[in-house]
Amino acid sequence: MAKKKLVLIGNGMAGIRAIEEILQLLPDQFDITVFGKEPYPNYNRIQLSKVLQGDTEIKDITLNEWQWYEDNGILLYPGETVTKIDKENQVVYTDKGKETAYDYLIIATGSNPFMLPLPGADKEGVTAFRDIEDCEKMIDASNHYKRAAVIGGGLLGLEAARGLLNLGMEVDVIHISDYLMERQLDRAAAELLQKELESQGMNFYLEKQTSEITGKKRVTGLKFKDGGAIPADLVVMAVGIKPNVALAQESGVDVNRGIIVNDHMETNVPNIYAVGECAEHREMVYGLVAPLYEQGQALAKHICGMNHQGYKGSVLSTQLKVSGVDVFSTGLINETADSKSIKVFDEWQNTYKKILVQDDKLTGAVLFGDTKEGTKLLSLIKKGANVQEYLESQQASDDGESIVAAMSDEEIICGCNGVSKGTIVNAIKNDGLTTVEQVKGKTNASRSCGTCKNLVSDLLTDTLGDEYEADTKESICACTDLTRDEVVAEIREKGLTHSKEVMNVLEWKTEEGCSKCKPALNYYLGMVYPEEHEDERESRFVNERLHANIQKDGTYSVVPRMYGGVTNAEDLRTIADVAEKYEVGMIKLTGGQRIDLLGVKKEDLPDVWKDLGMPSGYAYGKSVRTVKTCVGAEFCRFGTQDSTGMGIQLEKKFEGLNTPHKVKMGVSACPRNCAEGGIKDVGVVGLDGVWEVYVGGNGGTDLRKAELLVKVKTQQEVLEYTAAFLQYYRENASYLERTSHYVERVGIEHVQEIVNDDQLRSELNARMDQALSVYQEPWSNVLESETTLKDLYQKVTAK
Amino acid sequence: MEQRTVGKVLIGNYEDLPVSLGKAVVVDDKELAVFRLSNGKVKAIENKCPHRGGVLSEGMVSGEHVFCPLHDWKINVSDGLVQAPDEGCVQTYRTTIEDDKVYVEITDK
Repeated sequence: MAKKKLVLIGNGMAGIRAIEEILQLLPDQFDITVFGKEPYPNYNRIQLSKVLQGDTEIKDITLNEWQWYEDNGILLYPGETVTKIDKENQVVYTDKGKETAYDYLIIATGSNPFMLPLPGADKEGVTAFRDIEDCEKMIDASNHYKRAAVIGGGLLGLEAARGLLNLGMEVDVIHISDYLMERQLDRAAAELLQKELESQGMNFYLEKQTSEITGKKRVTGLKFKDGGAIPADLVVMAVGIKPNVALAQESGVDVNRGIIVNDHMETNVPNIYAVGECAEHREMVYGLVAPLYEQGQALAKHICGMNHQGYKGSVLSTQLKVSGVDVFSTGLINETADSKSIKVFDEWQNTYKKILVQDDKLTGAVLFGDTKEGTKLLSLIKKGANVQEYLESQQASDDGESIVAAMSDEEIICGCNGVSKGTIVNAIKNDGLTTVEQVKGKTNASRSCGTCKNLVSDLLTDTLGDEYEADTKESICACTDLTRDEVVAEIREKGLTHSKEVMNVLEWKTEEGCSKCKPALNYYLGMVYPEEHEDERESRFVNERLHANIQKDGTYSVVPRMYGGVTNAEDLRTIADVAEKYEVGMIKLTGGQRIDLLGVKKEDLPDVWKDLGMPSGYAYGKSVRTVKTCVGAEFCRFGTQDSTGMGIQLEKKFEGLNTPHKVKMGVSACPRNCAEGGIKDVGVVGLDGVWEVYVGGNGGTDLRKAELLVKVKTQQEVLEYTAAFLQYYRENASYLERTSHYVERVGIEHVQEIVNDDQLRSELNARMDQALSVYQEPWSNVLESETTLKDLYQKVTAK
Repeated sequence: MEQRTVGKVLIGNYEDLPVSLGKAVVVDDKELAVFRLSNGKVKAIENKCPHRGGVLSEGMVSGEHVFCPLHDWKINVSDGLVQAPDEGCVQTYRTTIEDDKVYVEITDK
């Protein structure tokens, strides 16, 4: 049977999505031709704001590479526009004189940005925010100009405004309504949003209507209807979109606001279909991503002749893609005479939640500040769930039950790439996937923005049950399929002693590993055989090989050890002399109360250490860094314990200990916690007659509050419990896993159980002592070794 | 500008190069990163990552690749090509070993 000819007009997300669905159902039945106006392969338009905001590059938002078209035998004509459809003879004509016959024609021409017909709208420096070209125009403008005005305080306008702020411009947002995002938010949420965005640097003109764009050739400003005016070098119009229906209309396809389609996406003309933003279904035109996936699915089923109930319309949900602002809304958002609402406004945490209920059914929700419940609410609202079900699910969520179990197979998990629950579950089952990474590679889910990663992980748990538990840990790196635990077990069982041996015996896919597994293996070997393992300097990251911090210009920074943050006049004098002698770029106090000498040349490092005559501060290592302390009972009028002394003891005991990642500690002498132990790997708080030991805190990338491990009476016990905790972490965490992630993963109760067991604690302490026994001070070590000095620190000058 | 061939430059003894590590070598106004690989070969490339100018001689060496210490770009030390997903290349220099002496061939303006 001859293949049917399928022509797609529009190379955007909607059309290509429909093609993908068709290819999945009937892979070899169609000759497919695609015409696209833009000179790019299919890309993810909703991620454009991320490109503008600088988080992402254009190549990262490409959904289907050129190769994909080729692999699927699709004839793509980028940069070519269809100008005429001959519906009688079923042929399309292009602006480059091409004629192509079709059996099925899909119109997916999307929409155009709506440009306000203002006087001056044609001036240089006025742009929409719709495609890659607009994006490039804005980036380019930011290099030459300062002031941007964004007309439109909706979703797109705010995303554009955030992007322009990131590009270093001053940004005014002009909005016609008296609050932001009025289509998606209610007044309360919008006001919170405005406050947040103002604190990020946006400036708002609400209830303002622009009457004119001023300037000669290039824009210089805006005038408002009420008489005001502002200067602007760039004007971005983000006031809405209008379906691009011109071609359809001229060709005799019925059009209202969009191209009118039925539940199978059929137009009034036989064999012509429409999907996406150009289509109008049940008097709705959609401008968001979720509907076009659902429409694409319905269309594909129909064209492939599969029985399908068709498309029934979409419940919309919105999320603002602006960093630091979590906003979610779905369904109906404003109260009516017969609706009731559940509202939670937490002024302290700056969160707001409103859930609308009509006839006991959930109809809409607005979330600000905390959007974790978004997916659950969307799913419930879609199926018209009873409010009782939501309230019960809220209680159940404490029991750790996942929302994905209740979702139907058609529901979209990954909004960026339109991957449904069914697709993911099938891939997990049929392809034996066990990790989020594998799901990502196979289905594209969570490949773009990553917000659905947790849902994907939940689906794995849900589908694989206990099997997943065993397989949750991902392989060390791409060089092996083995997990951290498997590798460590093999090292112990087979008595492997050197990285190369590990790679050989465990059949590494690369000959010599990579920058991820090399240091990891070196660490594991050292952890398993503290006394026997010979540290491999070639597996050390430069900082740990040279015992100083590499800086961006290739110089190094040097931090001498300063136990508990305490120093004296003599040491300070020495440090000052060294700083002067070697002309260091900057002397700075670190966040951990130490002195940092920045900008030291590599060749000078040994001499700097020699002149300092102090031990290394390990400010560069995956090891115990600093113990920050408060003044404590000795001087402070509130101090109840000797926190400084405690800190010095901790620092001296664990000095130079290799750990999976850096370890920071803090010791305070009263609940004011001046040493900030609440965000340290180990935080100790001295109270009257008792010491509290907290673990798993982090003040860095993933802010996490430390959890109470134990309360003890003596300093000796603080050392003992800290040692047990650190040793347990050393033995069980993955390399580069901070204590915060580790404690989060295994749970504080588990760690407590271990360290509170007298026997286990004493065994852990014994192994810790063994690990500490081989410690050698690295700076003096280097100074004593001619070979190391020559190999690592001397520069060669050839004549 | 006039082209001149600097030619073969002696950079030191083979035995003095640390195994599986890089070494910075200054030749005239150029800085090279010279690697003695575990397979015994000696490779020389420009000592500057095309990304942010990271000092490649301090990178971790794996097989015929070096990982830039600043942002982990992976660069082939034989052909100078940056490995995907990143792009670019660094200048490579031919090396020869004669009687335990290592020479680098430099052609330049």
